[in-house]
Amino acid sequence: MSEIVTETSNNGIQNSEPIVRYQKVSKSFGDIEVIKELDLDVAPAEKIGIIGPSGSGKTTLIRMLMTLEKPTSGTIEVDGELLWHKRVNGNLVPADEKHLRRVRSKVGMIFQQFNLFPHMTVLRNVTEAPIHVLGLSREEAEERAITMLEKVGLKDKLDHYPRQLSGGQQQRVAIARALVMNPKIMLFDEVTSALDPELVEEVLAVIKEIALEGNMTMLLVTHEMQFAREIADRIVFISDGRIIEQGPPEEIFENPKHERTRNFLRRFNKNN
Amino acid sequence: MWDWEFTISILPLLLEGLKITLIATFLAFGFAVVIGFLLAIARRSSVKILSLPVKAFIEFVRSTPLLAQLFFIFYVFPKFGLVLTPLVAGVLGLGLHYSTYLSEVYRSGIDSIPRGQWEAAKALNFSKARTWISIIIPQAVPPIIPVMGNYLIGMFKDTPVLSAITLVELLQTAKIIGAQSFRYLEPITMVGVIFLILSYVSSLGVQWLELRLNQR
Ligand SMILES: Nc1ncnc2c1ncn2[C@@H]1O[C@H](COP(=O)(O)OP(=O)(O)OP(=O)(O)O)[C@@H](O)[C@H]1O
Ligand SMILES: [Mg+2]
Repeated sequence: MSEIVTETSNNGIQNSEPIVRYQKVSKSFGDIEVIKELDLDVAPAEKIGIIGPSGSGKTTLIRMLMTLEKPTSGTIEVDGELLWHKRVNGNLVPADEKHLRRVRSKVGMIFQQFNLFPHMTVLRNVTEAPIHVLGLSREEAEERAITMLEKVGLKDKLDHYPRQLSGGQQQRVAIARALVMNPKIMLFDEVTSALDPELVEEVLAVIKEIALEGNMTMLLVTHEMQFAREIADRIVFISDGRIIEQGPPEEIFENPKHERTRNFLRRFNKNN
Repeated sequence: MWDWEFTISILPLLLEGLKITLIATFLAFGFAVVIGFLLAIARRSSVKILSLPVKAFIEFVRSTPLLAQLFFIFYVFPKFGLVLTPLVAGVLGLGLHYSTYLSEVYRSGIDSIPRGQWEAAKALNFSKARTWISIIIPQAVPPIIPVMGNYLIGMFKDTPVLSAITLVELLQTAKIIGAQSFRYLEPITMVGVIFLILSYVSSLGVQWLELRLNQR
């Protein structure tokens, strides 16, 4: 298709235009630079596990793709379009709200703290955006929402409020709420770390099911190494705002080349 | 000393005055509710040329006396060609004054919404307006309703100040009755009694609301 051969070429996903492309992206908070000229290409349908020490910039990296943080410099492309910029007469100018909303519609995100709307029932949590953002009728939105809630195993909780659900159930509602918008790219930021240990598995199972369906591009920040290993096509190890090492899970976990990756994994295995 | 017959005979007049007091209170409160919300949003804006003047305006209104503001609206505006009736000037002055207090109340309500709610709304690609309508207002408003209720009562008790710009509300009515009959005891006492009853009953209402909202 094109001359672009990404670093994913060793994963069998080759020669396709990346659906996400970070180019020399930096992000500073005040004087502190937390992402440093980072480049990353993600192929369509690719599942990427992002790992790294606390404070290394993993969350910031995906939040920029969700437009929750604005890069200090560099560009991010989503599905062939610049996210934070527009091209006007060949020059890059900051994107306006309309442009941001159009490109943002291709991305969805699941948060560590679920962030469900506490004043709405489960069903309304899932239908609100389809009705008011996609413009679906209530019937159509509810039909879609119920399909998604069935998929995450919560069809019997439609009229419950979030506070009446366990953390695992809440997170599954959040997944249904994001899925119903049909994004091409889904971001997961440590979606099980706020859960009691016995609830982690039910959420991971749902994510795995979505991953196995295949066509969604997924970026997962996670501390669940076993899980990352099972579903990721590629593991990206980040430290100090830079990608230190990346490759297929077996390679990263069994045979890390970089000293920092080895240290991280060793320390990680010791603590868990 | 106290003349019951006289008291009963002036009641209809006093109730007329009370009607004006209540009209002024509710109109001014409605005005303050809307303007206060706009001030709160403008003040939160990241557009500095909007938020800074609004902040200064709020500070200014809050740190000058209501009476002076009313005099300004009623006696100075006409110099610039804006002649207002006592009721309109009163509603404007009282409403504007209280809108600055209510804007702070709104602000506390809005600030209490966790950041994650805004972020979830953005991740679902809600428009700005839709985020306010569906997510922020329904969560920010219920907890501040009792506080707003207390401001409504405070405003009600502030209405006698409108007699200074010649509005014939409850207190002014009592004064007029006193001047005509040379009896001040009954009319002025009755004004106190009426304020006491209404304020007390409304504050019970606010307490009830507060309980109900806490149960949710
Ligand atoms: N809004 C912010 N303001 C200031 N500093 C921030 C902000 N968000 C993140 N940081 C800082 O940026 C750095 C990277 O944070 P980030 O949350 O991306 O790390 P992380 O890799 O996700 O860490 P963790 O594994 O603990 O979640 C940290 O030092 C953090 O303190
Ligand atoms: Mg993080």
